[in-house]
Amino acid sequence: MKRTAWALAAFSIIGAGYTATASAQKEQFVPANFYWVGPYAPGGSGFGGGIIDYMQMINERDGGVNGVKLTWEKCETEYNNARGVECYERSKKHPPTGATVIHPLSTGITYSLIEKATADKIPIISMGYGRTSAADGRVFPYVFPLITTYWSQATVMIKYIAQKMGGYDKLKGKKIALVYHDSAYGKEPIPILTDLAKEHGYELTTLAVPHPGNEQQSQWLQIRQNKPDWVILWGWGVMNPTALKAAAKIGYPRDHIVGVWWSGAEEDVLPAGSAAKGFISAGFNAPGTDFPVMKDVLKYVYAKGKGEFEDKARIGSIYHTRGVVAGIVTVEAIRLAQEKFGKGKAITGEQMRWGIEHLNIDEKRLKELGAVGLMPPLKVSCLDHEGSGLVKFQQWDGTKWKVISDWMEPDRKLVREKVESDASQYAKEKGITPRNCSNDSM
Amino acid sequence: MLYREAGQFKSTYGQDQQIFPILQDRVAVAALLVVAFVVVPLIGNQYWFSAILTPFLVFSLAALGLNILTGYAGQLSLGTAAFMAVGAFMAYNAVLRIPHMPILGAFVIGGLCAAAVGIVFGLPSLRIKGLYLAVATLACQFFVLWAINRVGWFSNYSSSGVITAQRIEILGYPIEHSRDKYLLTLVIVAMMALAAKNLMRSETGRAFMAIRDMDVAASVIGIPMMKTKLLAFAISSFYCGVAGALYAYCYLGTVEPEAFTLDLSFRVLFMIIIGGVGSILGSFLGAGFITLFPIFLNVLSRTAEATLGIEMSHAVVSNAEAMIFGGLIIFFLIVEPAGLARLWQIAKEKLRLWPFPH
Repeated sequence: MKRTAWALAAFSIIGAGYTATASAQKEQFVPANFYWVGPYAPGGSGFGGGIIDYMQMINERDGGVNGVKLTWEKCETEYNNARGVECYERSKKHPPTGATVIHPLSTGITYSLIEKATADKIPIISMGYGRTSAADGRVFPYVFPLITTYWSQATVMIKYIAQKMGGYDKLKGKKIALVYHDSAYGKEPIPILTDLAKEHGYELTTLAVPHPGNEQQSQWLQIRQNKPDWVILWGWGVMNPTALKAAAKIGYPRDHIVGVWWSGAEEDVLPAGSAAKGFISAGFNAPGTDFPVMKDVLKYVYAKGKGEFEDKARIGSIYHTRGVVAGIVTVEAIRLAQEKFGKGKAITGEQMRWGIEHLNIDEKRLKELGAVGLMPPLKVSCLDHEGSGLVKFQQWDGTKWKVISDWMEPDRKLVREKVESDASQYAKEKGITPRNCSNDSM
Repeated sequence: MLYREAGQFKSTYGQDQQIFPILQDRVAVAALLVVAFVVVPLIGNQYWFSAILTPFLVFSLAALGLNILTGYAGQLSLGTAAFMAVGAFMAYNAVLRIPHMPILGAFVIGGLCAAAVGIVFGLPSLRIKGLYLAVATLACQFFVLWAINRVGWFSNYSSSGVITAQRIEILGYPIEHSRDKYLLTLVIVAMMALAAKNLMRSETGRAFMAIRDMDVAASVIGIPMMKTKLLAFAISSFYCGVAGALYAYCYLGTVEPEAFTLDLSFRVLFMIIIGGVGSILGSFLGAGFITLFPIFLNVLSRTAEATLGIEMSHAVVSNAEAMIFGGLIIFFLIVEPAGLARLWQIAKEKLRLWPFPH
């Protein structure tokens, strides 16, 4: 009996202390639900490390956003929908503010969270992944596939290939093969590539690679028989180096393989060794540590030993800077929401949604942030939750990624048309009345 | 002390044949049901409903389905995830394509379609046994996923292959809150578990067990081999199909075919191996262990980190969790190869003799 009483007393003291410390400071909680294990760990830990490093830098350099410290907690999703939902449920009520915004970093988890997060009024930023048609903000008020979507990217890839061939008219009768990760993620570009095939007269072959993608003999054998002029590689994780090695084995020219931005990181090419040389990939962020913002990350975070990476070679890698871009977008939206709803105060998910929807990171702001060239300018609106759509291309020279194109425009008309038709079908299925964007207040 | 059946006399056959012949068991089960149906909905929060309890129940049902086939009828199967996929996708299509389809009706249709697929892929069981049958059911796993991925009709021509479950409503009452979804799942799982328990005590169940223990002897005493084996496949797949439909409608809300890969089939198989092959209770214990233990480890390691103030790299912690989990599975299998249900049974027997074991 006595022991129980002691235990109870101890628990209540710990409990009281816990709640007291949690509410003592002004804090803004951003969940870090990423993955550090499994076949996709390089992407998860790299991106997660970047976003945390940036938030740490803001805390160290500026003392938070107008004095509001950013806090986070890691949760392992294993790139698995069920675990992702569990992490989301765990983090959404986390003190003191609850989840401000979610970066699911998985197309599958994004799909699973769309309805839940909309009901809980927590915005989702699916930067460069997720449901493309969520770019229609009228139907998906809480989902932001920011910067650029898979469909935009697919149109830019075809544009890039056309440029290399010397014009869209040269595409006629050519063969393009899509080697894709057999999942919701990998299947996203198929409708748009099929439409473009009809428009430009190229022949599209699709080759599915089952998860996790370390077995691709038969797919590349088909490529060897079919001899496509270009291969689009829609891979993820361990699938990418495997594909490049398989391509080398059958002698397919690597500089005729165009990868999606989730194929274009150091972790994707280094394991393939010399087989990766010449491989081209899309991207919406540039690698490197020369950007002023990256220098600040080094100075305020790594110099103090608070960085996420023990392996210093990963600092400034593609995934790392992509995470930093996600951090910039998140922090800028918090700042904007604070300006509207009260400077120096923690904001709610609903207010954060307003912040993301009114983001306008132009060239001038990019310069202030020290991120010119790191990411394209971004302007989000109620109608357009994508905000930019621009894509760059880069080529692996055997030791590092070299940017080989400027920001390229997607085929906005085609993408928007498809986004709207898909979104309106979703709205009809779900009985959602799309918002009217002309009276744009909340 | 408390758990003793002395003085409980049975004077009718009915009393002798009850599911729980001992009074204390009846009280315990009644209390458990009251907690699950009344107390938990009153005190639980959204996290518990949607991230812990609902998946636990859904996987319990799937494990139960597999246990009927593998544990009771002795037919090893690796197609569980495929049957769940059939259930999920066909329930979705039933609601989508049949006007005014009640949701429970859709669950039944999902289950029946899974049962039909189960019968077809159960046919090889008439000729082959054991591990070879497992390989044959593996074909089911790959064929079903291939069909769902490649035939657009199943996912209503969704470009990404992901389906989103429709809103559910029962008698005009919308089931939206996670508590309601938990209750719906609980009702279905409780009823189906009761049905399974009774089925296994009936003639059919005894025929299953006869086939499991020695199929030649079973056929000699007049148990129809084909009918019984296919029935086992049908019932088992029905359970898995309903579990799949619940997975889609009450748990995640969206389903992609990739959720039902071979991984999931193995997980369900591990559930029954760890929980107890040929035990209804074992299905629940195993599902609890496999679905909830990794989450528990995750929470534990984080709390340890926070209270002890140890700074550990998250990657190390995440990997360590997976290793501890694997280690525990091996430990349990060495200590009690017959599963957690057997441990529970031994504990009960010890209690009956306590404090004078002999």
